[in-house]
Amino acid sequence: MRKRFNSLTLGADALLFGVAGTPLRRNGVLIGGGKVLPEIKFTLPPMSIEDTPAMEIEAMYREIVTAVCERAVHLGQQSVVVEFELLPPMTVDPPMGESITSLIAGILAEFRTSHGLQSLLRITPVDIREQNKPPQRRRGRETELLLESFRRCARAGADLLSIESTGGKEVTDQAIMAADVRGILFGTVVLGCADMEFLWEKIVRVARETGTVPAGDTACGIGNTAMVLADQGYIPRVFAAVVRAVTAVRSLVAYEVGAAGPGKDCGYENAILKAITGLPMSMEGKSAACAHLSPVGNIAGCYADLWSNESVQNIKLLAGMAPVVSMEQLVYDCRLMNVAAGRGEGRRLRDWFSESDAGLDPQAFILSPRAVEALARAIVSEQDDYRRGVAVAVKAVDLLREGLSKQHLLLSEREQEWLTRIEHTVSELPSDSMGFIAEERPKWKDHVNYGEYGIPDDV
Amino acid sequence: MDRYAEIAQHVQNGYSERARKAVEAALAEGCPAERVLKEGLIAGMEVVAAKFKSGQMFLPEVLAVAGAMKAGMELVKPLLVAARHEPLGKVVLGTVRGDMHDIGKNLVAIMLQGAGFDVVDLGTDVRVEKFIDAIEREHPDVVGMSALLTTTMVHMKTVIEALKQRDLRAHVKVIVGGAPISKNFASEIGADGYARDAATAVDVVKELLNSR
Ligand code: B1M
Repeated sequence: MRKRFNSLTLGADALLFGVAGTPLRRNGVLIGGGKVLPEIKFTLPPMSIEDTPAMEIEAMYREIVTAVCERAVHLGQQSVVVEFELLPPMTVDPPMGESITSLIAGILAEFRTSHGLQSLLRITPVDIREQNKPPQRRRGRETELLLESFRRCARAGADLLSIESTGGKEVTDQAIMAADVRGILFGTVVLGCADMEFLWEKIVRVARETGTVPAGDTACGIGNTAMVLADQGYIPRVFAAVVRAVTAVRSLVAYEVGAAGPGKDCGYENAILKAITGLPMSMEGKSAACAHLSPVGNIAGCYADLWSNESVQNIKLLAGMAPVVSMEQLVYDCRLMNVAAGRGEGRRLRDWFSESDAGLDPQAFILSPRAVEALARAIVSEQDDYRRGVAVAVKAVDLLREGLSKQHLLLSEREQEWLTRIEHTVSELPSDSMGFIAEERPKWKDHVNYGEYGIPDDV
Repeated sequence: MDRYAEIAQHVQNGYSERARKAVEAALAEGCPAERVLKEGLIAGMEVVAAKFKSGQMFLPEVLAVAGAMKAGMELVKPLLVAARHEPLGKVVLGTVRGDMHDIGKNLVAIMLQGAGFDVVDLGTDVRVEKFIDAIEREHPDVVGMSALLTTTMVHMKTVIEALKQRDLRAHVKVIVGGAPISKNFASEIGADGYARDAATAVDVVKELLNSR
């Protein structure tokens, strides 16, 4: 049963890295209880999984996990979170994902015993429901395999269950390229939220059955696609900022059906979710530049309970293998945040993180603590997903407009023109979801199988 | 302003209806379809592509322009087909096996279409057999592959090897791209071209076709 949030847990003053309203304690690791911990992740270098013997692949994961743990121990780090982001062949073949999970869990257990390194293992199967066109989100073999992958990994030693789910992406892919706000709302909050509810009820059930933690999701396929496209100069940054705000409505659903955090690293909307839910969140920023560029390298740190490097491939750099280098960067970032917090200076560092990014890009601007609180309030002021989406989009536009007029935010002329356009579109959105769905539905009928979202034919 | 320049201007402005009407008028006045295409529609799109490449335009604006070009193309295409006009070139595109990242590849498709190429988009997670079937069926001038994962980029080589085995390699140029791909990797696997972004992909395809 979904329980909708109608108030905030943390206001702007209480939003701080390392501190969650409801910390998570498991296996000697405390997340959000005062300290930021590194969350390390990695992937394979150029190689074909299909053509490589399982033993070789496992050997590679053994090497990576051992090396990152050794580095953590060497640097005196006491707790870490390790994420195993499954690759598509490991998700469609659940025993393969299970076997690697078991291997990683085993290595972590060894380090716990031999070096006292406390750790948790997050697993993230791939949303393989994308494979059919239009995607089959509910019925079909892929959904079964996906859940089987969760089950097996959970039983094989995972602690935290996550996914980068893609519900609604068949619409948002196009809406992002066209900077179509209505399409973003339809894909993200109408289709996306319906899919999140369906999927997360199932993941929460797996977690209950296996004694694991249903951690959280991310609207990566929507928010980060827009962010990367804006970074490459393809779409306006103000549009990407509004997209980010809207994704919070979608990712929130996981927590409303029982997810307990820590939210998944690449969901920059986690800042808003932390304010609403008070649950611990993983964030990534400047130390994830190995994986992708972003305009929010520092500001993301304001909210991090876990600080992640994103999936980096296991290649040799001068200092060592890339995941080891990442582990070192994360440890140093965390040390600084934790010392600041320990001296009662956490807020000051948080504000520096925020100030150093916020004025330079609208996507960073809407992630400043005050803006996050305002966006979070807009979401919880409504109960219906569509109305939440409209409320948060309107608020994001208002914040950007205000930032611009007070000269707190720099925007090129072209960006300003787009802000006006978006402002116009959001001001004309229908107030009720039924009307909106009726208008949007026919536009996307060739791309979406509505039955797979539980949307009846006669809406 | 002559008819061709007028069409080009409407395309540049993204005015679909005006572009369509101007094409209609040009054809009614007896302007050859080929010139309408090249000096009107494609010329307009080329200005836009240049602006896009230099960061003066956003993609949504380009898409509006592509809509205007399409509106004109619908009138011109049947005439070109009837006159057996050779298109600029045909490109078969796909994201390789196991990879579902599609936006980058979609952008390449949009830019190529805008430049006047025929594009057959095979979608994502395209297996080697599907590439081969499409090449045998469509006889493209170029095959383009996209990959975003380090664990899928290697499938590009498999496709190139399969092309060699089927004696198709000499008939088709290969271009590759995607976040983990580099120029070095492209030459290592025996591709003919690499493009770091969608706008460059158009230039590379043109160069490859000119060099034949
Ligand atoms: C033919 O000629 C050409 C010529 C030029 C060509 C070309 C072909 N193809 C591309 N180009 C070039 O032109 C384009 C325009 O300029 C450019 O295309 P790009 O595609 O590069 O750029 C796009 C315009 C915008 N870029 C993007 O949309 C990709 C952004 C990042 C953040 C990303 C996103 C958004 C997504 N992802 Co994915 N994703 C990442 C990406 C990070 C990154 N550094 O790229 C990457 C690629 N993903 C990664 C991973 C691991 C995964 N992803 C996955 C899923 C997804 C989403 C679905 C959530 C979403 C897809 C969005 C979409 N519609 O495609 C999973 C795999 C899914 C699958 N089966 O493929 C999953 C496995 C995660 C999981 N466990 O679920 C990482 C790969 C790591 C690695 N070393 O392999 C990754 C680098 C993220 C990271 N670590 O930061 C150029 O490369």
